[in-house]
Amino acid sequence: MQANTPQYDKDAPIVIEGLVNRFGDFAVHEGLDLTVRRGEILGVVGGSGTGKSVLMRSIIGLQRPSEGRIDVLGRTITELDLDQGIGVRRRWGVLFQGGALFSTLTVGENVEVPLKKYYPDLSPQLRGEIARYKVILSGLPEDAVAKYPSELSGGMKKRAGLARALALDPELLFLDEPTAGLDPIGAAKFDRLTRELKETLGLTVFLITHDLDTLYEICDRVAVIADKKIIAVGTIPELIATGHPWIEEYFNGPRGRAAQASHLRASE
Amino acid sequence: MQNAAQYSLEEAGADTARLVLSGHVTLANMAPLEADLSRVSGPLAAIDLAAVEEIDTVGAWVVCRLAREHNCDITGASEAAERLLAAMRGIDASGDIRAPRDPVWERVPVAVGEKIYNARGGIYGVVGFFGQILLGIASLARHPSRFPLKALVHQMELVGVTALPIIGLMSFLIGIVIAQQGSVQLEQFGAESLTVNLVGRITLRELGVLMTAIMVAGRSGSAFAAQIGTMKLTEEIDAMRTIGVSPIEVLVIPRILAATFMMLLLGFYASVVAIVGGAVVGDLTLGIPFFTFLLRIQEVVPVHDLWVGLIKAPVFGLIVALAGCYHGMQVRGDSEEVGRRTTMAVVSAIFAVIVLDAFFAVFFTEVGWG
Repeated sequence: MQANTPQYDKDAPIVIEGLVNRFGDFAVHEGLDLTVRRGEILGVVGGSGTGKSVLMRSIIGLQRPSEGRIDVLGRTITELDLDQGIGVRRRWGVLFQGGALFSTLTVGENVEVPLKKYYPDLSPQLRGEIARYKVILSGLPEDAVAKYPSELSGGMKKRAGLARALALDPELLFLDEPTAGLDPIGAAKFDRLTRELKETLGLTVFLITHDLDTLYEICDRVAVIADKKIIAVGTIPELIATGHPWIEEYFNGPRGRAAQASHLRASE
Repeated sequence: MQNAAQYSLEEAGADTARLVLSGHVTLANMAPLEADLSRVSGPLAAIDLAAVEEIDTVGAWVVCRLAREHNCDITGASEAAERLLAAMRGIDASGDIRAPRDPVWERVPVAVGEKIYNARGGIYGVVGFFGQILLGIASLARHPSRFPLKALVHQMELVGVTALPIIGLMSFLIGIVIAQQGSVQLEQFGAESLTVNLVGRITLRELGVLMTAIMVAGRSGSAFAAQIGTMKLTEEIDAMRTIGVSPIEVLVIPRILAATFMMLLLGFYASVVAIVGGAVVGDLTLGIPFFTFLLRIQEVVPVHDLWVGLIKAPVFGLIVALAGCYHGMQVRGDSEEVGRRTTMAVVSAIFAVIVLDAFFAVFFTEVGWG
């Protein structure tokens, strides 16, 4: 396979080097570098419009970067066509912001879609069972399996989207603002679910979020996008120690302190 | 394949066997493995996973299911495998993932019945909607400063001005076809010169306006339904209502007025262009000079033919816009509904226009404008 990198480090499933994304004259990313480690939950934060979603779309190959190189699971995404790289595509799952469920299919059939696409030999019975247990594993009630997305609430759509993202037992999971629009109880449950699934299934999670509680509760490391690059990656105390004004404001603002306080209370 | 999953059966006491799985018990290898495992019969004492190198949730699921079917234990699971098995235990995945469906002989009568029942609601709805529009116009007449003049002009441009090229081309070709085909038939009676009457009367009375109405329904009626429907989905219309802005006044009335007025102009324009098309054919193939053709039109077409066309045109425009806006406002639920309502808007508008055209034809002939 031509796009295989010679030295694939198994502990670094995603490696981004010198990423540049330009829209017309406007550069969203300018020389962005980032490495995601195997088995971690990496949170990505940044102000609105700093290109968090563009970064994720670049990694999963939906957005061709202007320059730079992105290796995912040892394949160079930036050299693959959108329809190439099926081998790597079935090793990741993506949860889009609104769930992005196919509206003409039931939740269970949604989960079946990637199974049908990549493993057509699977017996229909087993495929149905897999779809069903994935939905239940994602924390949805059993009767949600045969429902259409329009019959679900926002939180349930996200869980259904997660079930579809997990359909192929991926190694990598991309979550785009998974807790946005959920009530605090639902958001906390979703965080716990992410953590549990990560531990049970041994996932590596790339997580875009604005939710400070999510960052404190489940993220192993946090990457901060500002000034068109990743300005710092590390645990939250490490980030605060860098003294960058934006990070300072982000974590030491009233919301940041509240999230930290609740995290401390919870861990006591 | 070096990463394949294997299984073997080992003797374990009297009449029972131990199933030993090895290799990669994962989704990628599951299609052949599951088929083999479903053929394993006879009592199993245990399923041994000690030799398994890799297992995922699908592997764990199949192992769990097998253990449940044979009522046996799972041994030798690694720590990771044990975690997966624990997650899989107690999940019952036997149900159907498809939405429940009634049999055809129940579904069809129910659907037909619902359609008929809902038609009544639809008629109430359209009449009510028309009433709302009249009320809106009345309230705008009392407060002329609120009149959405900008939106009206914008819609007039979209419905009318930008439609000029396509409607012109369509009418020109229709004029050509009528003149050419008509002359071939009239030639048999030696009456080619009556082609002028044919082209002039049929375009001004009927085809100019009718074809324009169909074109406007396809171009603008569908756009109205899709725009308003999408605004409904994104809660723009609810936001307007909350702020105290009436969506009828801001969205619907400009579109209705624009379509009604522009249909009048477009219908006339279409008839004129169709006559020009006929005159071109007359000049080229019938030996009637271009300007003679136009002068003859003035002589042979009674003025009331023009009035017939011009009375029908705004009515058709009103129907097209009403159907588009009404169906747009009815959108609720998901994006699929926008498509369905857009189709309904176009189909019902064209249908209503053709039915009404038949009534108009009989009516005008009866009142002596034959």
